[in-house]
Amino acid sequence: MEYEPVIGLEVHVQLNTATKAFCGCANVFGVRENTNICPVCLGLPGALPVLNALVLKSAVKVALAFNCSIRDYIKFDRKNYFYPDLPKNFQISQFDKPLSERGFLDIENNGIKKRVGITRVHMEEDAGKLIHSESEPFSYVDYNRAGTPLLEIVSEPELFSPEEAYAYLTDLKMILRYLDVSDCDMEKGSLRCDANISLKPKGEKKLGVKTELKNMNSFKAVKAGLSFEIRRQTECLEGGEKIVQETRLWDEKKEQTFSMRSKEEAHDYRYFPEPDLPPFSFAQKEIEEIRASLPELPQARLKRFMDSFGFLEKEASVLISDKDLADFFEACLKVLPLHKKIANWLIGPISAELNNRNVSICALGLTSERLVRLISLVENGTVSNLVAKDVLFQMLETSKDPDVIISEKNLSQVSDTDELKKMIEEVVAANKKSVDDYLAGKENALMYLVGQVMRLSQGKANPKMLRDLIAARLKQ
Amino acid sequence: MAISKEDVRYIANLARIGLSESEIEHFQKQLEGIFEYIDQLKKLDVSAIMPAAHVLDIKNVTRPDIVKSSLDPKLVMDSAPAKQGQFFKVPKVIEG
Ligand SMILES: [Zn+2]
Repeated sequence: MEYEPVIGLEVHVQLNTATKAFCGCANVFGVRENTNICPVCLGLPGALPVLNALVLKSAVKVALAFNCSIRDYIKFDRKNYFYPDLPKNFQISQFDKPLSERGFLDIENNGIKKRVGITRVHMEEDAGKLIHSESEPFSYVDYNRAGTPLLEIVSEPELFSPEEAYAYLTDLKMILRYLDVSDCDMEKGSLRCDANISLKPKGEKKLGVKTELKNMNSFKAVKAGLSFEIRRQTECLEGGEKIVQETRLWDEKKEQTFSMRSKEEAHDYRYFPEPDLPPFSFAQKEIEEIRASLPELPQARLKRFMDSFGFLEKEASVLISDKDLADFFEACLKVLPLHKKIANWLIGPISAELNNRNVSICALGLTSERLVRLISLVENGTVSNLVAKDVLFQMLETSKDPDVIISEKNLSQVSDTDELKKMIEEVVAANKKSVDDYLAGKENALMYLVGQVMRLSQGKANPKMLRDLIAARLKQ
Repeated sequence: MAISKEDVRYIANLARIGLSESEIEHFQKQLEGIFEYIDQLKKLDVSAIMPAAHVLDIKNVTRPDIVKSSLDPKLVMDSAPAKQGQFFKVPKVIEG
């Protein structure tokens, strides 16, 4: 029998506010353990949490960007469970009256566009961090992260392949980056993803028993974990076994999921309204003000880039995929109105370099001024395109201006007729056969000779002049 | 609604409270009384009453996103029942 996977994703994203969700402790990563803690985030008796206004605003922004409707009456609830990373023995979260519900995200996978439902976006707080001793029967607790503002973004079970899940996550992250509400760094844990997955016979409406996957530390791991789980569940079903509803952990090294047998005791969180926080509500006007303050989002920017610059969707997609890259493009464009040329540089060699180094354009050490200068130097004939690429790499290595590199390395294009003629004579003398071929009507031979002179000039010969001069010389 | 001894054990376990057999019986009776009272409340007509999730008539209380000083970790750690350096120390829990 053929089975179809049904996948739903639960994303947690840490907001990049200056302070925690309910107290004034600094919301920072990578400081010494237990330095940003106070009575509120430690859950000391008598402490009173107060919601960070920016958390509420950022949450509304995210909800609106994902096309959710904001509830008229918003409240917080306590989710009760015992675990040492949770100082209060409950997490402040939202249960039955969350911030927002019923949104959607338009994704594209393999050229196919699709709308994926967003069940809800709600606010909650993060827990602390545990370090388990290898040798001793102890765990060590750092509460710096406790109380960090989190948004939980839950999708409908409407993703039907690991690739669709990957596309959903990529587009979701892109929007969050455009909103500038989180650094979305999975390595630091500021973006985390759990997945629910079940199989059902092809064409069947009723969903099968699902497993929940955790511990995937990258989008690639999510894809790999889901692929593994599809194989595992398929084998189970084909072998006549039943799928057990359980939480499974992805093991990156072994590339398998493993049942998490502990904590199987009922998930009975006994939610009840958080008595220390009052309810919240927005006037329609306030929501519209926040909506109006949203930046241009990826889809809109994609459309604008295609409409106003005539880019293909493929080209525009690369530019808008990273907000910083799209901003960089527009910064260049302000100085040099050659959108096609600038885009070619960004989509070609610069994107390749960003991928190689796995960094964003901001971390590449390239300014828009320098790139524009380099392109101008190609435009005015100082260097060829080929040499310019070389200059670009040296600019990245040395952080020098393109003019400095060109003069230091003597890379200026040779446009001097006499100098070019000298090199042409040398090549003509050494390639008698190609000359004869050309004279016998083989046009290709000309390109070969141009290539040879180019090599001799170390790429510096002005290609247009070179062609004309060689053609003229051979006709003599 | 009747509360069984099993229910009492379950609730006590969720709350991490150890109860003796006689205590279970004791709380079973008390909880039953509470549930009977709730059953009485359920019979009231509350259709004209707005649901409330908070006892005070306040809403939209927020604070600005401005950092305040945290506690001195040394003072905090001095009050911790067990510590290792500047970490709180607890019996080992396996990630779960
Ligand atoms: Zn705090």
